[in-house]
Amino acid sequence: MLYREAGDFKTTYAKDQALIPIRQDRVMLYIAIALALLLPFVASDYFLGSIAIPVLIMVIAATGLNLLLGYCGQISLGSGAFMAAGAYMAYKCATAFPWLPMPVSIILAGLATAMIGIAFGLPAVRIKGFYLAVATLAAQFFLLWLFTHVPWFVNYTMSGVPTPPPATVLGVYVTGADAPNWAKYLFVLSFTAFLTWIAYNLVRSRIGRSWMAIRDMDIAAELIGIRPLWTKLTAFAISSFYCGVAGALWSFCFINTVEPTAFDINRSFQILFMVIIGGLGSILGSYFGAIFITLFPIFLNSAPAWLGLDIPGDIITHLEFMIFGAMIVFFLIVEPNGLARLWQLGKEKLRLWPFPH
Amino acid sequence: MEFLSDFFVAPIMEMVDAPEFLAEVIIAGLMSGVMYSLVGLGFVLIFKASGIFNFAQGVMVLFAALNFVGLMDSGVHPIIAFIATVVIMTVLAMAIERVVLRRLVNQNQLILFMSTIGIAFFLEGFGELIWGGNVRPLDIGIPDDVVFIANGTILIQEADLFAGATAALLVTILALGFRYTAVGRALRAVADDHQAALSIGIPLNNIWVIVWAVAGFVALVAGIMWGTKLGVQFSISIVALKALPVLILGGFTSIPGAIIGGLIIGAGEKVAEVYWGSLFGGAIEEWFAYIVALLFLLFRPQGLFGEKIIDRV
Amino acid sequence: MAENLLTVENITLRFGGVKALTDVSFDILKGEIRAIIGPNGAGKSSMLNCINGFYHPQEGRITYKGQTRKQMRPYEAASQGIARTFQNIALFRGMSVLDNVMTGRVLKMKSSLLEQAFYFGRARSEEISHRSKVEEVIDFLEINAIRKTPVGRLPYGLQKRVELARALAAEPELLLLDEPMAGMNVEEKEDMSRFILNVNAEFGTTIALIEHDMGVVMDLSDRVVVLNYGEKLADGTPDVVRSNQAVIDAYLGASH
Ligand SMILES: Nc1ncnc2c1ncn2[C@@H]1O[C@H](COP(=O)(O)OP(=O)(O)OP(=O)(O)O)[C@@H](O)[C@H]1O
Ligand SMILES: [Mg+2]
Repeated sequence: MLYREAGDFKTTYAKDQALIPIRQDRVMLYIAIALALLLPFVASDYFLGSIAIPVLIMVIAATGLNLLLGYCGQISLGSGAFMAAGAYMAYKCATAFPWLPMPVSIILAGLATAMIGIAFGLPAVRIKGFYLAVATLAAQFFLLWLFTHVPWFVNYTMSGVPTPPPATVLGVYVTGADAPNWAKYLFVLSFTAFLTWIAYNLVRSRIGRSWMAIRDMDIAAELIGIRPLWTKLTAFAISSFYCGVAGALWSFCFINTVEPTAFDINRSFQILFMVIIGGLGSILGSYFGAIFITLFPIFLNSAPAWLGLDIPGDIITHLEFMIFGAMIVFFLIVEPNGLARLWQLGKEKLRLWPFPH
Repeated sequence: MEFLSDFFVAPIMEMVDAPEFLAEVIIAGLMSGVMYSLVGLGFVLIFKASGIFNFAQGVMVLFAALNFVGLMDSGVHPIIAFIATVVIMTVLAMAIERVVLRRLVNQNQLILFMSTIGIAFFLEGFGELIWGGNVRPLDIGIPDDVVFIANGTILIQEADLFAGATAALLVTILALGFRYTAVGRALRAVADDHQAALSIGIPLNNIWVIVWAVAGFVALVAGIMWGTKLGVQFSISIVALKALPVLILGGFTSIPGAIIGGLIIGAGEKVAEVYWGSLFGGAIEEWFAYIVALLFLLFRPQGLFGEKIIDRV
Repeated sequence: MAENLLTVENITLRFGGVKALTDVSFDILKGEIRAIIGPNGAGKSSMLNCINGFYHPQEGRITYKGQTRKQMRPYEAASQGIARTFQNIALFRGMSVLDNVMTGRVLKMKSSLLEQAFYFGRARSEEISHRSKVEEVIDFLEINAIRKTPVGRLPYGLQKRVELARALAAEPELLLLDEPMAGMNVEEKEDMSRFILNVNAEFGTTIALIEHDMGVVMDLSDRVVVLNYGEKLADGTPDVVRSNQAVIDAYLGASH
């Protein structure tokens, strides 16, 4: 009986509604936080810079899309473009107001992206389901075109791909070429942790229930008094906010350039896959999805070498496409709640362990 | 002020000054429009018969073209290659029905839609794994001369004429098939009312296979034409995505809608690019179709030809 | 004499060429249980949909709590105290029973988005105070044991009960029930009848009820309105309606 929820009785509604009602889960969370904080001391610079940072950033983007798609049931194929919007807005903010603390610039970029998200989410008022895919594809193609064809967005930089300005937090560089990976990691981590907490709060509040109501049965939701317009647009706004912040961090703390190719349509699909494989409607799932989708290609690229096989890179890429595609179909058929659900089932097994059934 | 005149006046003046050039632009646009129409046609077929919005239609175009050109490059006669690819697309339809659709009956549309995104990725990887990811030129002997019409003032590619004629032929065959064959009648019954179709004993699974196979055939035709123009390459599946805005315009259930929508979008984006593109820094073709679709979604979501549906509870 | 809660006058509703309702008028008194009956396709559900603003009748007037309008709007109806259940269960399948019932209280919650994001202030206090209200409803309908179960996994009869709970959580003044007992066995019907009577007696909720089971209608309702092919056929106490010749003909004529 390693994991148990029986016996952990709640005596008040407040306790029952706590963020993490089960004690063992809370313990697990503390361990995870401790590990995350210890990571810079034990992990290699490569691991921090090339794996931990991108994974944490993609967690933010995937959480954003999950709020929209997994909770509110509105699809978006434009998450990549919203990340781009965040990156360019942060660049504009940080260069126009250099005295602003970097976290503020990034939050402002997120807010600007939220506005853009609302604009492209407007059609959701009258349409449903896959129609939205087209509206958000419009965002994908139009926004990327806009950022590449209007030089104002890059402050008329000749090359068109400017470098984010260096900035410090508490005296340590967190962006720019001089920023050490551990500092960038902690900077990103604080955003990820904060936004995860916000996401959990939202989904257990009225707005979260309204999103799910719209997702599950929009007509009934409307007749109960949930306003579809307001509810869907908040989902678009908040989701875009998350993507915007993620995009800003991606440019500022990971690739160290502001360029459109990092945010093309493949990025949008990548985020979508994180949400589906990680688990629709599960914030923890966004973590699983981001980790899996980021690490799996790395694994796939190095696995043949371990086995002493020599498989050319393009074949690996084709295989990756096939495997991701097949996994999407598999999870949608077998387990739309994705890896998060498998994790939960695993925990339930553990609860009964060592007694079968 | 100057911008306003650049936007409203100058392009119109240009058009009036050189109507032959305008005609050429429109004709070139219509020809890409034919391609969008063909992809859109595949979408509509599947959507009508199974309510599935098949995101993989664009990749099916690429997949079919890859198989066709791959076989031809290995020395197979074009006609044999064509037949073999039709067989492959039919087998693919059966596999999709068996592995995916059958297991997702009664799921909501969004889940079905996302599963077709999975299919798209799988197919793309699969096709390129077998045939490689390089651009493959495709030459099936379509004449590539130009002809002049209207007293030699307007110039047209013969290949474009050929493509237009083939598309028209294909649509005619499909329309006749729908009307006069038993399968076609069954398809129409399903499209009108799933419940009714079931109750007169049409096996739905077979219908799905048939329509996915027909959509595969349409994809092959589209793929061959596109391939002769651009070479067979990955970007085909991205270009094919433009069929989505076409469907917003034409309506998801209307075959004539898909055709007309495709032509409008094709001609519209060419004209916009040629006459207004430079005003915005060029390459507005990339998003023109999508923004038009976005406006439609906002103001007339049922498209040009669709009708309003009122939800029930 | 009880006062009028709702009056519909000369309602006509068309879908394209189909006339779902033709010139229908009736009223609902405060505190009564009003049954709406009629053969399949008579326009009963459409009538409820007009009352809570989901359908917009082309002609006629609706007077609710003294205010007269041509059409209701869903949000307005809900915020003015009209709640309902649906003929085909319309629960939020991915959510637990508790969350489903909590959605019934959206209109009573006032916390801002920011408070919810940080889960402080009203967001926190409301979650707790409304939870206790919701628990009362859950107790009342005897669904305590399943409160954390996703509704999709519940048997049909219980789902209908959860739907009623969600409607009751809104503390409605007018409760519209669209075939609350369809597809239930005798025991479940008895339970549901008991709940409906209790709601009416304890909270004084006015109820409009669509039901095909004549026995239930006769037992529960104070007054009955009969629709047939979208037109009003009869209106009155159960006894009066039962002995009305036109009603008898309609029911014998219809394939029942
Ligand atoms: N959204 C709609 N679109 C088109 N026609 C509709 C719609 N809703 C109802 N109708 C039509 O209006 C008529 C009345 O339907 P309604 O559902 O109100 O009947 P009902 O009395 O509730 O029947 P039942 O006992 O079967 O529930 C029917 O002919 C129906 O087909
Ligand atoms: Mg009804």
